[in-house]
Amino acid sequence: MSEIALEIKDLHVYYGSIHALKGISLVVPKGQIVTLIGANGAGKTTTLSAVAGLVRVQKGKVIFEGQDITNKPPHLVNRLGIALVPEGRRIFPNLTVYENLLMGAYNRKDKDGIKEDLEWIFQLFPRLKERLKQLGGTLSGGEQQMLAISRALMSRPRLLMMDEPSLGLAPILVSEVFEVIQKINREGTTILLIEQNALGALKVAHYGYVLETGTIVLEGPAQELLNNELVKKAYLGIA
Amino acid sequence: MERKLPKKLNFVLTLLFILFVAFLLYLANEKLDEYVLRVVRLIAIYGVMAVSLNLINGITGIFSLGHAGFILVGAYTSALLTLSPEQKMMSFIIEPIVPWLANVHTDFLTATLAGGALSALFAFLIGWPILRLSGDYLAIASLGFAEVIRIFALNAISITNGPLGLKGIPEYSNIWWCYGWLFVTVIFVASLVNSSYGRALKAIREDRVAAEVMGINVFKHQLISFVVGAFFAGVSGALYAHWLTTIDPRVTTLGPMLTFYVLIMIVLGGLGSISGSLIGAALFAILFEWLRDLEEPFVLFGMRVPGIKGMRTLVISVIFILVMIFWQRGIMGREELTWNNIYRWLKRRGESG
Ligand SMILES: Nc1ncnc2c1ncn2[C@@H]1O[C@H](COP(=O)(O)OP(=O)(O)O)[C@@H](O)[C@H]1O
Ligand SMILES: [Mg+2]
Repeated sequence: MSEIALEIKDLHVYYGSIHALKGISLVVPKGQIVTLIGANGAGKTTTLSAVAGLVRVQKGKVIFEGQDITNKPPHLVNRLGIALVPEGRRIFPNLTVYENLLMGAYNRKDKDGIKEDLEWIFQLFPRLKERLKQLGGTLSGGEQQMLAISRALMSRPRLLMMDEPSLGLAPILVSEVFEVIQKINREGTTILLIEQNALGALKVAHYGYVLETGTIVLEGPAQELLNNELVKKAYLGIA
Repeated sequence: MERKLPKKLNFVLTLLFILFVAFLLYLANEKLDEYVLRVVRLIAIYGVMAVSLNLINGITGIFSLGHAGFILVGAYTSALLTLSPEQKMMSFIIEPIVPWLANVHTDFLTATLAGGALSALFAFLIGWPILRLSGDYLAIASLGFAEVIRIFALNAISITNGPLGLKGIPEYSNIWWCYGWLFVTVIFVASLVNSSYGRALKAIREDRVAAEVMGINVFKHQLISFVVGAFFAGVSGALYAHWLTTIDPRVTTLGPMLTFYVLIMIVLGGLGSISGSLIGAALFAILFEWLRDLEEPFVLFGMRVPGIKGMRTLVISVIFILVMIFWQRGIMGREELTWNNIYRWLKRRGESG
């Protein structure tokens, strides 16, 4: 029996007159990696923003671990156990790497737990440990992405939402990021992964949804989607 | 490379520095003439104003133009508490003072704390609506609120004595009160900035959305900062009133002009830097006093120039613009004058020289 971490029901979001999400529904079971793939402008970021409380939901529901969290303010969503690695990383450039990490743990009081998690993060990303005293803004793109992921992990979330973590990274780093995502998941964190890199995402995910202009057009186990003709043609570039 | 002084040494140096400054102030108090001493005290009062506004504008990133409103609340509250019942009875000639204010009379410390507290309460009430606005709207709303407070002071004659203002306020703001409060303000604001709370303020300033997503309640953090800043603005108002000895609700005394002056101090010193604010306050006080002659008739290249009112403000503004052109982030930028920074700077000079 698999429990449900996150459930989105018939979600509608508008930006002024633009109908960005036209009633999407999806389920993220506990312990899994679920991916939402789609082209630029499909509404992927809007979906995560709606869960995180950053944009207003006009219709529909967001349910986390059985609790209705629709339109809760972002800081409360975070305190319930949901962390976001935002699009474009958005680390704090004038805070040191260490301070960035502490910001992720802002609402935690368990000093020992924070220390433990720091050690875990240094295992995942040894490079961050060498750069603790450096300002966030001076890191390379790949290092900034690692910092953004680590910062989100520092809140010890039960659901980690990632918005295109592979975007703009060199190919070697892309596979490194996907490996880390799998590792984080194996150690018990549920993940909702958003990607334009459909191949990479479907390879690590358990289940996938395909989003096109605000509507989910296809869903299925990731393995099946990898072999689906439409996905192959439109997203994997295989004729 | 890490260059840091041991914590103990840092502490000892700071202690020695404070004792040294205290000694200098003692000497100044004994030896300097009354006029110069007034400027020395004004530097500390401006310092409290600047550091408190810097907490709100520079460190928290709330672009508030309402500082004079908080200063005014502190000034009037404290003055009404230190003036004796007889003085109040005599000076309220348009309308008699309301009975509940007529007979209260407290010592200076209580009056100062009351000024700060009432100012903080105002900030709390004003903060609820205006902190929901952003950028320019917030600036305009805060300016508006400060004007409402000033116009209240102009019209609530039975409380404030209206346009006549309050006169004969005892000159309690001696060197020890002024620098004592400056010390408290700096220690308090610096500890706040260096706590995890201060780090959150910095994060909010850098990326508000990312900070929210990290679980930081942006509104609450900004409100606390706004209220603390207003408290010390109120304190500075109390010191100012007992330095001026006469206060009134004119634009130039406790109105938008004063906000503008304090803004110049913190921008000059470097937005976000506490030591910068102190430098800015000192420069402003000295320069403004020194330029006083410009408003008197003077002789330039053999020609008699009549005194022009407002001339020093003009000259200060020009100097300010020049500094902003050549020194965009102010004198200190966002750096602080700490022993560690001085040590690093000396070491770098030693290595290159
Ligand atoms: N802040 C905004 N204001 C107006 N329209 C927006 C805004 N953000 C996104 N959109 C529009 O909403 C749609 C979905 O955008 P987004 O969720 O960012 O897509 P994706 O992340 O899949 O690239 C796009 O048509 C985009 O132009
Ligand atoms: Mg996007």
